[in-house]
Amino acid sequence: MRYLPHTDADIKTMFDAIGVKDFADIFSNIPENCRYDREMNLPEPKTEWELNTYMAGIRAMMEVTPDHTVLIGAGRYQHHIPSTIPALMSRSEFLTAYTPYQPEMAQGTLQGLFEYQTLTARLLGVDVANASMYDGASGLAEALLMGIRIGRKKKRVAVSGAIHPHYRAVVDTYFKPTEFEVVELPLLEDGTTDLSSLRDEDDLAAVALQSPNFFGVVEDLEAASAAIHDIDALCVACFSEPLAFGLMKSPGSCGADIVCGEGQSFGMPPSFGGPGLGMFGCRDKFVRNMPGRLVGETTDLDGKRGFVLTLSTREQHIRREKATSNICSNQGICTLTAAMYMASLGGSGLRKLARLNYDKAEYLKQGLQETGAACSFSAPTFNEFVVEFGGDFEPARKRLMEQGIVAGLALEPYYPGFKNRYLFCVTETASREIMDTVISEVAK
Amino acid sequence: MKNAPGRSGLIMDEPLLWEKGKVGRNGMSVSASDVPSAALDEQLCGAGPDFPDLSEVEIVRHYTRLSQWNFGVDTGMYPLGSCTMKYNPKINEKHAGSEAIATVHPMLDDEYCQGTLKIIYDLQNYLAEITGLDAVSVQPAAGAHGELAGMLIFEAYHQARGKKRTKILMPDTAHGTNPASAALCGYKPVPVKSGERGILDVEQIRELMDDETAGIMVTNPNTLGLFEENIREVADIVHGKGGLVYGDGANMNAVMGIVDMKKCGVDVLHLNLHKTFSTPHGGGGPGAGPVCVVEELAPYLPSPLVEFDGTAYRLEAARPESVGRMHCFHGNFGVLVRALCYILTMGAENLKKASQYAVLNASYIKVKLKDHLHLAYDRPCMHEAVFSDKKQQEFKVSTLDIAKRLMDSGYHPPTIYFPLVVPGAIMIEPTETETLEDLDTFIAVVKEIVAEAQSDPDLLRNAPQRFKVKRLDETAAARKPCLCG
Amino acid sequence: MKDIQELNLPADIRYSNDHEWAKLEGDTVKVGISDYAQDALGDIVFVELPEVGDTLGAGDEFGTLESVKAVSELYLPIGGEIVAVNSELEDSPELINQDPYGGWIIEIKPDDSGDIDKLLDREAYLELLKAE
Repeated sequence: MRYLPHTDADIKTMFDAIGVKDFADIFSNIPENCRYDREMNLPEPKTEWELNTYMAGIRAMMEVTPDHTVLIGAGRYQHHIPSTIPALMSRSEFLTAYTPYQPEMAQGTLQGLFEYQTLTARLLGVDVANASMYDGASGLAEALLMGIRIGRKKKRVAVSGAIHPHYRAVVDTYFKPTEFEVVELPLLEDGTTDLSSLRDEDDLAAVALQSPNFFGVVEDLEAASAAIHDIDALCVACFSEPLAFGLMKSPGSCGADIVCGEGQSFGMPPSFGGPGLGMFGCRDKFVRNMPGRLVGETTDLDGKRGFVLTLSTREQHIRREKATSNICSNQGICTLTAAMYMASLGGSGLRKLARLNYDKAEYLKQGLQETGAACSFSAPTFNEFVVEFGGDFEPARKRLMEQGIVAGLALEPYYPGFKNRYLFCVTETASREIMDTVISEVAK
Repeated sequence: MKNAPGRSGLIMDEPLLWEKGKVGRNGMSVSASDVPSAALDEQLCGAGPDFPDLSEVEIVRHYTRLSQWNFGVDTGMYPLGSCTMKYNPKINEKHAGSEAIATVHPMLDDEYCQGTLKIIYDLQNYLAEITGLDAVSVQPAAGAHGELAGMLIFEAYHQARGKKRTKILMPDTAHGTNPASAALCGYKPVPVKSGERGILDVEQIRELMDDETAGIMVTNPNTLGLFEENIREVADIVHGKGGLVYGDGANMNAVMGIVDMKKCGVDVLHLNLHKTFSTPHGGGGPGAGPVCVVEELAPYLPSPLVEFDGTAYRLEAARPESVGRMHCFHGNFGVLVRALCYILTMGAENLKKASQYAVLNASYIKVKLKDHLHLAYDRPCMHEAVFSDKKQQEFKVSTLDIAKRLMDSGYHPPTIYFPLVVPGAIMIEPTETETLEDLDTFIAVVKEIVAEAQSDPDLLRNAPQRFKVKRLDETAAARKPCLCG
Repeated sequence: MKDIQELNLPADIRYSNDHEWAKLEGDTVKVGISDYAQDALGDIVFVELPEVGDTLGAGDEFGTLESVKAVSELYLPIGGEIVAVNSELEDSPELINQDPYGGWIIEIKPDDSGDIDKLLDREAYLELLKAE
């Protein structure tokens, strides 16, 4: 077997050196009552060629193919990925390397992470960003726990009902075993979060909003952070589409104290939901409470610039049960991927691409409105929006499927009462032609 | 050094991204718009972030040069104890990255993505089979995430029985993520000192286990590379007081097809796909930490799970006793694909051989080095062996110095200063994918370094010399952190 | 790491089992860590200080000292109210390494001014160190 280089002769040599005669000897101290007493029931091993055939069979089971245009975002976005990215990010020096605990032989990863931290901090408008959490959802949960740590005596956090339902579900999972309470903020008619109940609160450590939110709506973060700071709580701004900040104001510049969200749009394919990238940043004064790895700049014995993991006393391998989080592995190669994507787009390209997404989504939104569909929320949106169809949209949606278009996500399973409402996402990957096809199908 | 594979070569310098570029350059195509420009409220708009503009060539060179400063498993041997740095097969990369899988949106209706659902379903089953346990969720995105899932399951189990327990037994050899994960669920770790033989002492467990204690977190084989021979008795004691046994499966590479975790008495186990199942470490991630449980605890697994009704695969989210969702979607799906491909390539026989050879390789190194480096426990080891710098202390040479000199020789150092119970620990885990010649060369190089420690210790203290940088000032980095450029 | 003979251990102050020192200055007591402790910790990179006004008992944790690779809790040798903290340590934690006795960490008003005599004198502290 090509990954197991030992020959029978090699094994014999090693048995002799150790002083055993067979593998039974080597494992002799394993008690009988712990042993795996049968053969593992797994498929017969496959050669590379057999594996290729098998996986082709799996691919053939997919009814949605790469030729389909998927007009769904909802936390996972279709964006063009330049071929330079898989070419460089598959280099084994990046991919098969370990966490950079031995910095002298990991300066590639470390400089790459420092660059990622810097670009992310600039994108989100924060003082410092970490080297990633798992995804936007767990990042939000960790941000709220961080808020609780900073808030010391406060026992509650609030989350907007317009945050991605799966993010809120993960927050609930993390908070369930704790003594802390999560309250949900309702929505206003226009699709933004209703913060009016905050006035009566005095025990909130942190309040979280998503912008653009699950409905694609851009929240007024400046007003929100002011209202949140008024009640002496931390403003947590989360996001699922970081491309928005190529156009919209950064959450940090609007007053957010902790900013976290999903970075998948920056160079990672949708890949059935993972791996993703939990982008996470905060104000300087909170850095020692921030979870996750951090890379810092320093010098070596010769005075040369170098990079190293730092402020490690926050982390589990040193602080153990008092650590800021239990996180060890992060999203690693995905952070370098995002940095390379941000560098490839550049400042100019990011603005251009964000504007393109916005214009395209507006085109489809207006086109659908002209057929009689109602735009559910009046507040401005980025590259996602919700429309409500007059009747049952499913027949039209099926016809569009047959034409290679996945037209939106039905919202009723996530928000009971949102019957006939669909969340559409349009990115630079959807052509005008495709959108015209959707519009004319709906108009029928 | 006559044996060492490490030499010297040209190292290209490369500045930071924002130290390069010019406004107006671009590194990737952005399409022209095919729609009219839409009205936009300027009040919402920001100036956009201060990113450099770079050409494609500048970016490609940048990352090419950065990669050349790194050392991966593909470069050379990486004997990091507890990390299982085995070879990462390239065919797995091809399938995880195939367009048909890479472009799939996670919120498509089940009927449109039967292939990707099947991948999750099959992996759930194969991992159950390999561990001997009954039900699996592949949603956790890393080992620590799997540990959290396990602790949440403990919590849910005890809540359902009407009693909130507050403590959890924690061997002193535990990986730092263990107490950190327990603390996230409000459990107070109760330290359990390892016995003289380096394994859990049954009498101590008997004394410490009570009905305030949710259970125990055990790594088996443990972080000293030793099989917990008393695990069944320990499990019986814990179960006897209504507690559960959590198994940290980081060291699963030593026991596939050899040990049945369910028979050991483990109720909840996490696996590290980026260790045992060959998925690449990526410079820190992404990993995956599936959580495996006994039948009785299956209802508590994170949701959704993939089920098969005889004709079709479905996401089952209606699971009222589940601890809930832990990840926005299905975890690090791309990592799951790689692990599945690995299992399909190896089959039962080769997975068992992998474990056998992993233990063989570590035992071989142990026997060859025990007269040169101090061996912490002179007993049969499993897939890793723990040494220390005890013999080098008289020359004022530390574990760190030995590690840095190994780097100059062309090796990634072993895990150092862990587990905490062995001062100056050096944990060597070669894995099964190293050849006998490479093991022999490694052994020869370590012997040379041990000799240098006595004859010319400055060679170690001044190492490394051959990389892009020498030893870095970590104190300055921590006192005056510069985390952003 | 220094040998015992190399350690600086002033005779006019008291020591605790946790390697802190306490010095009576009029009504109040200054607290820091001994030369042995700073040597064992290595380069200190961060000091977490308590709030002025907090009242704690003997043995309570009042702060932490961080080096690059470790964290050490600080325990109050005698009970009292925190009347001052050495804010210079926020920007220059290395003061503790450079001068562990000048680099005091907190100042307390002791609950009982006699408590300080219950701590170890220099001889007793040396005995403790020899046994370690």
